[in-house]
Amino acid sequence: MDILTNLALGFSVALTPFTLMLAVIGCFLGTIIGALPGLGPSNGVAILIPITFTMGLDATSALVLMTAVYYGAMYGGRISSILLNIPGDEPALMTTLDGYPMAKQGRAGDALVISGVASFVGAFLATIGLMLLAPLLAGITYRFGPPEYFALYMLAFCTLGGIASNNQAKAAISACIGLGIAMIGLDNTTGMPRFTFGNMHLMDGVDFLVAIVGLFAISEVFVFIESHGQSTSIGVRLKKVTVPVRDILASGWTMLRGSLVGFIAGVLPGAGASLGSFLAYMSEKAIAGDKAGFGTGNPKGVAAPEAGNNAAAGGALVPMLTLGVPGSGTTAVLLALLMTLNITPGPTLFAEKPDVVWGLIASLLIANFVLLAMNVPMVKLFVRILQVPPHVLLPGVTMVSFVGIYSLSGSYFDLLMMVGFGLLGWALRKLDVPTVPIILGILLGNNMEDSLRRAMVLSDGDWTYLFSSPISIGLWIAAVVGFVAPIFLRPFLRRPQAITD
Amino acid sequence: MISDRIFGLVVTLVALAYIASATQIQTSFLSDPVGSKTFPILIGAVAALCGVIVMLRPDPDPQWPGLRRLGAIAFALVVLVAYAYALKPMGFLIPTAIAAGLLAYQISPRPVPAALTGLGLSLGLFVIFKYALGLGLVAFPKGWLG
Repeated sequence: MDILTNLALGFSVALTPFTLMLAVIGCFLGTIIGALPGLGPSNGVAILIPITFTMGLDATSALVLMTAVYYGAMYGGRISSILLNIPGDEPALMTTLDGYPMAKQGRAGDALVISGVASFVGAFLATIGLMLLAPLLAGITYRFGPPEYFALYMLAFCTLGGIASNNQAKAAISACIGLGIAMIGLDNTTGMPRFTFGNMHLMDGVDFLVAIVGLFAISEVFVFIESHGQSTSIGVRLKKVTVPVRDILASGWTMLRGSLVGFIAGVLPGAGASLGSFLAYMSEKAIAGDKAGFGTGNPKGVAAPEAGNNAAAGGALVPMLTLGVPGSGTTAVLLALLMTLNITPGPTLFAEKPDVVWGLIASLLIANFVLLAMNVPMVKLFVRILQVPPHVLLPGVTMVSFVGIYSLSGSYFDLLMMVGFGLLGWALRKLDVPTVPIILGILLGNNMEDSLRRAMVLSDGDWTYLFSSPISIGLWIAAVVGFVAPIFLRPFLRRPQAITD
Repeated sequence: MISDRIFGLVVTLVALAYIASATQIQTSFLSDPVGSKTFPILIGAVAALCGVIVMLRPDPDPQWPGLRRLGAIAFALVVLVAYAYALKPMGFLIPTAIAAGLLAYQISPRPVPAALTGLGLSLGLFVIFKYALGLGLVAFPKGWLG
């Protein structure tokens, strides 16, 4: 058994005291990040990357820490959904639908425990799925040449823009902004400067970390200043927390189905955890029928989206690790981490650095148990952290962002760019333009151009070469469908409105 | 409506400028069939096209903040830019306390908690970054400690 020997290798890496400690710290930080409204998984991971980088952790340790934060944030998002009716992060939106009504009926503790267990089931099954599927997919990607990679990048932009946004043209503009920014700097092939306008600071290009922290973290400050910190309503009180065994057992199948739906949604490039929790909730609602009372505080309505959300989070790691194509905003940030650490995701990662991959998978398995322990018995601790007011939290996030980016380069120019990206992110969010495609564009732009140029060198300038293999034709078709189909499906996939008091 | 039309126009104009700038890229003796210009021009063309689409088919207007809130955002922007310039020459503690305090005041306009937030964040983060995480931060301007 290949997998067992690989897992043994993974656990030998993950069970060292230092790695274990990092996993626990990551889980703790992640749950806080997920729970605090205004600090979601993408900006939480984003502001931590520069700091882990300057701390000089090696690749495995940094990855273990950050993926533990990522998993933790997915667990934590539900806490403020249930108690405050404010999703701590975007995928937790669906959890507010039944979680907040449950809390208002005095069952906040039950909702937290059920959703915690559902999160565990989803994340655990997804990690197993990742373990089984990722090596298989890595084997297939050995056959990918430059034209297939180019088509794959197109697919990522198309599905991300198609599914995760309300307006195709705006998503495409966003992707173009990112790709356009990626072109700044020295041309990889010829070594000549492009779009630097004679500015020395732009010769190395725009650091993607600067863009990520600006777009995700700094823009949040502007959003809060605009809303004047209105969303600080303290919701329901949490009483004694007990384990509602009967509800958990009754929603067992719901959790399993939610995990499966979520995992599939997560593996699809561009879909991510929000779609996973949405589909899991909607399919359970359809199975249960109208009489089940979804939306009025049904425990299954809490279990389904949380299982789906966490399974999708694990599923999204599959394309990120095997293809280097992130499936969501947060995995885009994790890809940025890999690139900072000089790790190239893809089939070679599995062949050449098995200790990194399997150490990561083993750590994720361990992190799940740690998170279950933190999120069920210790949930009260995190509820207390929710009471940090925004006027302390957001300046704190800003200062951490500044220090992180400043310690990377020590240049005020990067800080100014970061502030600029923050303002851009705020304006784009007002205009309903998604910002994740910008990040994807900056991350993938150079690889995308390189694969196009390599393909053209191989074919001596024949553009039909891009569509010459069955794999690339399949990817192109999927890209077009992924971009166009949501236009027609949108009337049917309308998100239910969050309940208001 | 009008917001999206302006946005579309700005995107189109920037995209055209981007294309114009791309045609000026210097080529070198190392050449390939695609070259350095094609991909940027392609990006610019797609962006310009989408800008026109947004101009022609705008979404409903978002709710823009009033002048006072916009002023607060502009003020926060100035604070952040000043902070970016001040961090190196002034050391960590003083600019951070001022910037964090001003931001806190913009989010929740009560002077005393805002000032306390500034002081607390500045000292607390300095201790965490310097001693727990080992980042090389300078506390005060260089001249002060001789």
